[in-house]
Amino acid sequence: MKEFALIYRSEPLGEIKLTPEGTMAVSKEWENWMGGIAAQNKLVSPGMRLGNEGRTVKPGNIVTNGPYAEIKEIVGGLSIFRAESIEEATEMAKSCPILNVGGNVEVRDIIQMNAQ
Amino acid sequence: MQEKELIPQLYRSEFRKITAVLCRLFGIEHISIAEDIVGDTFLLAAETWGFKGIPQNPAAWLYTVAKNKAKDFLKRNAIYNEKVSPAIQLASENTNEVEVDLSSNNIKDSQLQMMFAICYPGIPPESQIGLSLRILCGFSIDEIADAFLTNKETINKRLYRAKEKLKEDKVKIEMPPDAEIDKRIDNVLITLYLLFNEGYYSSSKNAVLSKDLCLEAMRLTYMLAENTSTNKPDVNALLSLMCFHASRFDARIAPDGELILYDDQDISLWNNELITNGEHFLNMAARGNVVSKYHIEAAIAYWHTADKDSPEKWEKVLSLYNRLLIIEYSPIAALNRTYALAKVYGNEAGIAEAEKLKLENSNLYHGLLGELYTGVDNKKAIDHLTTASKLTKAAADRKVILKKIEKLKAG
Repeated sequence: MKEFALIYRSEPLGEIKLTPEGTMAVSKEWENWMGGIAAQNKLVSPGMRLGNEGRTVKPGNIVTNGPYAEIKEIVGGLSIFRAESIEEATEMAKSCPILNVGGNVEVRDIIQMNAQ
Repeated sequence: MQEKELIPQLYRSEFRKITAVLCRLFGIEHISIAEDIVGDTFLLAAETWGFKGIPQNPAAWLYTVAKNKAKDFLKRNAIYNEKVSPAIQLASENTNEVEVDLSSNNIKDSQLQMMFAICYPGIPPESQIGLSLRILCGFSIDEIADAFLTNKETINKRLYRAKEKLKEDKVKIEMPPDAEIDKRIDNVLITLYLLFNEGYYSSSKNAVLSKDLCLEAMRLTYMLAENTSTNKPDVNALLSLMCFHASRFDARIAPDGELILYDDQDISLWNNELITNGEHFLNMAARGNVVSKYHIEAAIAYWHTADKDSPEKWEKVLSLYNRLLIIEYSPIAALNRTYALAKVYGNEAGIAEAEKLKLENSNLYHGLLGELYTGVDNKKAIDHLTTASKLTKAAADRKVILKKIEKLKAG
C-alpha cells in the first residue's frame, strides 16, 4: 500500500451562503464520505481543513494577499489516504463531496521522508 | 457461615488487597513472593479454622498472619539477599520492625500504583490483563485460564514472563507524577477496556465468570474515577461506556445461556440504575475538551439504551461511528458503521458500503451482509449466513445464525 495526498480545491467555501441546515448537511456529507474511507482502513490521516485567509510568499520578498493561485480558487484542506495505486486513490476521490460544489480534488503520491 | 463458603469469599475480596500492599512493600521483583505469602495465609486459614473454628474477625486474622509472614520474609531477605529492594534496605537499616500497613487507604493507594505498574507497555496486552486479573482482581490461575479459553500452563508461563520483564525493566510501583498521568493512563485504560471486553464478548461458557470480569474492570475504573489525580474525562467516559453495556447483562443472555441479540432483547430487563450511572459519568466525561474514543463509544452505547428504532438515533449512531473510525480503525467499528448506514439510507446503500470493506474472513462481515441482503436478495442472504456459520467459533452465535437461515428458507 502507498500513501496519497488528496488536496481539496474550490472557490472559497465561506462565500457560498449556507443556512445552518445547509452547513449541517454539508458536514454530514463529508463525515459520511470520510467515515466510509476510514471503514475500509484506507484513511491515514483526516488531515486538516484550511481557512480562507492566506498570504503567498514569492521570490524577491513579494507577499500577495490571499491563498489564491491564478484563478479564484483555494486549497480548502487535505487528507492522506492509503491505496494500492494512484488509480485506486483517484477512484476514492470520485465520491468526494467537494465535487458537489464545483470544486476538485488533486490526488498526489507522497514521497516518504524517512531517514536513509 | 461455614469456612467452606467463607474462605473463597474472603479470597475474592481480600487476596488482592493484601497482595497489592505486599507487592508495593517488597518491590516489583518480588511479586511472586507476595502472591505466595498471601496464598500460604489462606492455606493456613483453611487448616486452622477447620478445627479451631472461625475467628471472630476473619479478615483481621488474615491480615495479622500475612503481616507476620511478610515481616519474616523481610528479615530473612535482609540478611542473605544482597540485591535488596529499597523497602527492604530501609527496613534493615532502620529497625527490625517493618510497618505492614493494611489500612484501607494504603490498600487503595497500593492497588492504584500496582495498576500503573502492571499496565506497563513493555509487556503484551494479554499479559497485562492476566496479571491484572491475578494481582488486582484476585482471580485464580484456573479462572484466568478459563477466561482466556486456554490451560493453566499457558497462563503460568505468560504471567511468569511478564513478571520477569517487569523485574528486568525495573518498573517502579508508584503513582506517576501528575504531569505524566495523562500519558501513562492511556495504557491503563486500554487494559481495563480489554478486560471488560474479555468478559462482555467472552466465548467462555462460564457466564458467572464472564460477568465477574466485567464487574472487576468496572471496579478498577471506578477506583481511578474516585482518585482526584486520575479522575480524567476519558476515565469517566470509559466508566460510562461500561455502565451502558453492563445495563444489558440480564437482557442479553437467555436462561439457557444463549446469546440474545440487541433487536430481540426484552427492554424491561435493562438495568435502569446502570443506565442512569452511565449518563452521570458521561456528563462527568464532558468536562474538559478531550474527545477520546471512549467518549464516542460511550455516546454510541448511550444511544443504544434509548428508543430502539428512531431515525434520529441511527443518524447519530452513524455520525458517531464515522468519527470513531476517523480516530481509529477497527473492523468491528467498520461493520457497525455500515449497519447504521443501512438503517439511515436503506439496505442497498448499506450493501454497497459493506462490500467495500473486504473483510471476507470475518464471520461478522458475512453475518452483516446476510442481514442486509435479507428482503433484497434472499438467496445471497442465505449464502452469506452459511459462510458466517462456518466461520464463527462461538457455538451460541452459530445457533442464532442457523435459526436465521431456517427462517429464510421457510419464508
